[in-house]
Amino acid sequence: MNFIRFINGSVKLILKGSKAYYTWLFFLIALVLWGAFGYADQLKDGLITTNMRDSVSWAFYIGNFTFLVGIAAAAIMLVIPAYIYNWKPIKEIVIFGELLAVCAVIMCIAFIVVDIGNPLRFWHMLPLLGTMNFPYSMLSWDFFFLLAYLIVNLTVVTHLLYSIFYKKPYNKKMVQIIVLISIPMAVGIHTVTAFLYNALPARPFWNSALLAPRFLASAFCSGPAILIILFQILRKITKFEIQDKAIWTIAELMVYSMFIYLFFTIAELFKEFYSGTEHLLYWKYLLFGIDDSKEIVPYSWSSITMGFIAFVLFLIPKTRKNFVTLNIGAVLIYASVYVEKGIALIIPGFTPDVLGQIYVYTPSMTEIRTAAMIFSLGFLLFTFLVKIAIAIVFENYNISDISKKETHLIREIPTT
Amino acid sequence: MKLKKNQNGPLLLMVLGLFIFWYSCSNQSSDADNPEINYSTEQSTVKTANITEIAVEAPPLTDGIFPCNDCHSEIEPNPDRRELVDMHDDITAMFNHDSKNRWCLDCHDLNNRDSLRLASGQLLDFKESYKLCGQCHGLKLRDWKVGVHGKRTGEWNGKKEYLLCVHCHNPHAPKFEPLTPEPPPVMQESISYMNLKVNDDETE
Amino acid sequence: MKQNKSRRSFLKNISLASLATLTATGCNMKELEEFFQRNFRTLSDKEKEDIIRNLEQKYIEKYNKEFQVSAEPAMEQVEFAYGLDLSRCIGCRKCVYACVGENNQSRSPQIHWIQVLQMEKEKGVDFAHSDVHYNPEKVPEKGHFYLPVACQQCRTPQCTTVCPVKATWQEPDGIVVIDYNWCIGCRYCMAACPYGARHFNWGEPEIPEEELNTDMHYLGNRPRVKGVVEKCTFCIQRVRKGKYPSCVEICPVGARKFGNLLDPESEIRYILENKRVLVLKEELNTQPRFYYFFGV
Repeated sequence: MNFIRFINGSVKLILKGSKAYYTWLFFLIALVLWGAFGYADQLKDGLITTNMRDSVSWAFYIGNFTFLVGIAAAAIMLVIPAYIYNWKPIKEIVIFGELLAVCAVIMCIAFIVVDIGNPLRFWHMLPLLGTMNFPYSMLSWDFFFLLAYLIVNLTVVTHLLYSIFYKKPYNKKMVQIIVLISIPMAVGIHTVTAFLYNALPARPFWNSALLAPRFLASAFCSGPAILIILFQILRKITKFEIQDKAIWTIAELMVYSMFIYLFFTIAELFKEFYSGTEHLLYWKYLLFGIDDSKEIVPYSWSSITMGFIAFVLFLIPKTRKNFVTLNIGAVLIYASVYVEKGIALIIPGFTPDVLGQIYVYTPSMTEIRTAAMIFSLGFLLFTFLVKIAIAIVFENYNISDISKKETHLIREIPTT
Repeated sequence: MKLKKNQNGPLLLMVLGLFIFWYSCSNQSSDADNPEINYSTEQSTVKTANITEIAVEAPPLTDGIFPCNDCHSEIEPNPDRRELVDMHDDITAMFNHDSKNRWCLDCHDLNNRDSLRLASGQLLDFKESYKLCGQCHGLKLRDWKVGVHGKRTGEWNGKKEYLLCVHCHNPHAPKFEPLTPEPPPVMQESISYMNLKVNDDETE
Repeated sequence: MKQNKSRRSFLKNISLASLATLTATGCNMKELEEFFQRNFRTLSDKEKEDIIRNLEQKYIEKYNKEFQVSAEPAMEQVEFAYGLDLSRCIGCRKCVYACVGENNQSRSPQIHWIQVLQMEKEKGVDFAHSDVHYNPEKVPEKGHFYLPVACQQCRTPQCTTVCPVKATWQEPDGIVVIDYNWCIGCRYCMAACPYGARHFNWGEPEIPEEELNTDMHYLGNRPRVKGVVEKCTFCIQRVRKGKYPSCVEICPVGARKFGNLLDPESEIRYILENKRVLVLKEELNTQPRFYYFFGV
């Protein structure tokens, strides 16, 4: 009952807001509706409304899924430096990081659901009810890990917010333990997702040992970028206190991971281009195109350019400490990793396909609409959760704000 | 009090989840991967029919030409090597079976046109023409007897259906002519939910 | 007290409402049964019979034709293998279309289980320089040879390992099969297959009614639905009755050979023992049962 009142109180929060808030909501809901009608087409006619075909059987949806797993993982990895450097707003960082992780994981699951051919049959993947192919199939590992990660994060963040709402002390030990568990889990979910691709000897583009480390490095580059921007916004509009130094430290850590990512990529490129085997074809398609097929060349080079500019902006202390250039860099690296995970990872894996044929893939309108629907829903959810969290954590929104209305109805409630 | 209830719940859930996984994994049958196939070295009880004389389809003799003796019983046999111009000139026109060295009476018997002849002079029924082909094309004959050469129909674990060489190879011009291929697969780019009702003629 | 009462009545209302909705939507019991059908391998014989009877009934209603759906298990002491004579294939694609007819593949969107690749003799087996859309006036074209590819029914298949729901597995006679009612359509197996042998029903498959092959196997050529993966099953509905696959029978030049590896007198054993045999992408250790050889 207490929990329901907590939910009640939270829901009340998201219904009230400023004009800007309503405009933002309206914009997101409009996108959701636009996207939902696109998805309805897909449900009716099947996946043929996408541009995926036998040669390129995974594309935009799975690319987005991979990118969002990275975000989900990175949101938590930020907790590590928070502990190490003993930042003051560690609790708040954990809360917002986990809210981001929760939203990202929900979006991941949504992208999987829209990608599979028979979504109603998802229960076949469950143990006992269905026949889960654990431990052989990496997809069942991924499913298990994602679900566990979602539950862990949801538990901690709900518990924290609930305690603050009821003005009770939270169980510090339990939270610490679970948060510490969630760190290797964060590494785990992204590694498992990388292993999904890595496990396939049929696709030489992905069958490199460096794939999982590259995934982690790119996640660590992009995830914290969102949080950097979010913390600056929070700092402006709430009582959230985070020092400039902390934000710069986050940016520094991102530089390390960007450098590692750059190094890994150079290592991959060297191996392929120097050895010059036929496996080079995939990288060639990505960077230079094959014969007349040059469709994804602009994407790959824009991703590289944006990433490189972000790297430089973050590397030079002057531009790192200037918030304008810092934010530009954050947006650039986010976009760079998005393009890289979404397109530059999946498509070259399938082009040319295993029989040497080239099928040119670009996302169809249905795919874009469905992705817009999922992203908007995710943003919507994140907005709501952040609004609730801000109110509870910074504006002292608590049980007395809602129980005031009820005291005149019920006379005897034991005050805790 | 209420707070403690809250925190035990999710932990229990996690433990339950792990238990479910352990249970479902340990109860998997071992052929979740591939079943054991018995590679016994003993003779399998599944055998193909033991064939000495090969039962074949009837030879594709041309109507109106066969039996040859209808005409040839009254014609004086002419053993001289020449190009035929009166009858069978259609065959002469397309003859391409080692035409430099071979001619009609190397395979057809001089005196009995309803028979073929082996190099030894032994006569052969048209039904066994494979023996004649096998004189020169021994490797093909060997493969054909086992079923490795030629079109394969019948039962893989029972009676195989054999065709004669001449069912596929015209003995006078045995080389296969190139033929028109069936349509290629449609370009995957053209598969769209909008043109699903198009007729089967669409190829590219 | 008040709280408990409200919770109880809440639950009662919810369950009544859901039951009402369910009956109101007129959910067909048969459809529900089919939806909740378990993985084929976990079914008992009786359950399989029931399912097949339901299927046959459904097909009569849908196509107005009598169908025979069999669930014939693998024969004992049989391990199938396939041989393809690269020196003979002329690339006529008759096998492709025989397969389409025999196995009820969708005509639109088009699905072909066999892909014939045209390659250059100079380059040998080189996928990067092959062409599946060749369409000359006559085949074979000079300087080229033809390599048909379909499911290789590997001994260590990658596809069965990666399926998250165990919808695809290898039968004891070597054929890798799919339970179309269990497949969720995630297409992981398609990403895993090194031979491009698996095909997806992107849209609702369409087969002209007069061309339907009514002699079917549950794991083979029964009509599929949209959103599931399908592939060559060595004509499981034929070979488990002793017949050759359709592609073997239609090949006009006799380039295709098929048999039981465990039978020392079979053609396929003869080929392995006497001809020069190769498999595709050998370095991936998939150990295919599909052998390419040179008959001449």
